[in-house]
Amino acid sequence: MTNSLHRYGNEESFRDDYVIFAIPSKGINDEDSVPRLKEFLRICTRYNPVNMGNGNRGSLAPEKGLNPTAHWKRHADRDWESVIEGVNKPGTVSAVFSTLEDATACMKEIIEANFGLSVNLSTSVENAKGVAERCGIKRHSVEYTLGFNDPHDHLPDSQVLALSTMCGHGMVSFSLSKKMIDMVREGRRSVEEAANTLVRFCPCGIYNPERAKRILEEIIDIKKS
Amino acid sequence: MIINSKKCVACGNCVAVCPMSAIKVDTEKNRAFINDDECVECGTCYRGMSTENLNPFVIRIIRKIAKSIRFRFEPEPDVCPTSAFEMNELEMPRIIRQIFSDPVVEHKSTGIKGRGTEEVKTNDVRLRVDTGEVGYTIEFGRPGVGVKFYEIQKMTRTFAKLGVTFERNNPITYLMVDLKNGDLREDILNEKILSAIVEIKTAVNMVEKVLASVYEVNKQIDTVTAVGISARCDENGEETMLSPVLDKLNYLHFRAKTNMGLGRITNRIELTHT
Repeated sequence: MTNSLHRYGNEESFRDDYVIFAIPSKGINDEDSVPRLKEFLRICTRYNPVNMGNGNRGSLAPEKGLNPTAHWKRHADRDWESVIEGVNKPGTVSAVFSTLEDATACMKEIIEANFGLSVNLSTSVENAKGVAERCGIKRHSVEYTLGFNDPHDHLPDSQVLALSTMCGHGMVSFSLSKKMIDMVREGRRSVEEAANTLVRFCPCGIYNPERAKRILEEIIDIKKS
Repeated sequence: MIINSKKCVACGNCVAVCPMSAIKVDTEKNRAFINDDECVECGTCYRGMSTENLNPFVIRIIRKIAKSIRFRFEPEPDVCPTSAFEMNELEMPRIIRQIFSDPVVEHKSTGIKGRGTEEVKTNDVRLRVDTGEVGYTIEFGRPGVGVKFYEIQKMTRTFAKLGVTFERNNPITYLMVDLKNGDLREDILNEKILSAIVEIKTAVNMVEKVLASVYEVNKQIDTVTAVGISARCDENGEETMLSPVLDKLNYLHFRAKTNMGLGRITNRIELTHT
């Protein structure tokens, strides 16, 4: 599962956030689905994804047994192949795109491939409508998010919330998002380094590092102005 | 989850990483420790942090010298320098925390397939939410707050009184001992988890009542909730039933998960002639 529904932000803030995922259903279309899921991901690699995942790892995973030089020169290449090869049983696979054009082009090829798997697009309602129209398909079902109810004031400010909720399983803590914001503000990390730190904590690979970078850049600009 | 005190050097990197803020540094012992009541066994510290295998003795000396001259080394914020986290074997009822909090761990022994559900993600092949019906996913505890099962039970009991239909293939429904009353298993009620999703469906005329109930019960339980609400589109691919209701009730609903309708039956079905 990917849990991408309750990302925080206004409608406009999802202009660079498109999560496409495929999911087989037990007893219906799960037989021999592994090769189809892998091919789904291979198609996604052709349209400039910013992240990809197989439910167990994303394209930028934590590194175990690092050499101390990593503190000065950290690896941050996206490893699409490990994500694809890591698909070994039926389950959700996903890819994240940062433009409407890439998401639409990818969806068109997925439709042509005719995998028979359920395919979902998680973004704003208008974005999803636009992709469906451009691809000439009719939407089957829609699940809206009504946002968070927080009568006891537990939740942090909107910037922290926007960064943390991009991992739908809650693996990116508020404290870490806050720490990254502070490190960027203080000039101790670049927005890219901060986004890469956050993305490593999302094991499903649906965290959008491009959106995270934009949010962090906006924070710096607000601070400057 | 355990922090091996022989390895921990109290660098504090793990403190910010924990989604439940359950890790702190004991300045007297000079070690990090986990508050077991708050820990939900999500594995973020163990799995999400990158690691080095540096010698703890050497690192403690270096840190002590640096601390004495107020020198701050700027390490990568997501690295445990000595691989101090260890995952311990969990048993019921504590293992229920891991099942509902760690998205990559499966526990088939309990019969629960994690906290996730298919919702309308496979509605094109399963039709869980059919024409005229409304599906709801009410998530508790996420982001970053957590929830105990007795708090969830307040909601399931309220829903049971409303006469809603609980989705059978859902981990919370599986833990119910009485679907008519919405009662959960007693042995898990005090366990804290990162999040859980209650999944129900009703006719469209119940939307206002269900959403009002969620809000009212949420005021009585010390956590956050997030509601997903779903409907099937018409033959033109338009969702014209639920959206007007949400507009009327002043619920913003500009973000969604959209099932694109590409699923179909591909499994081989063996027909038996009688």
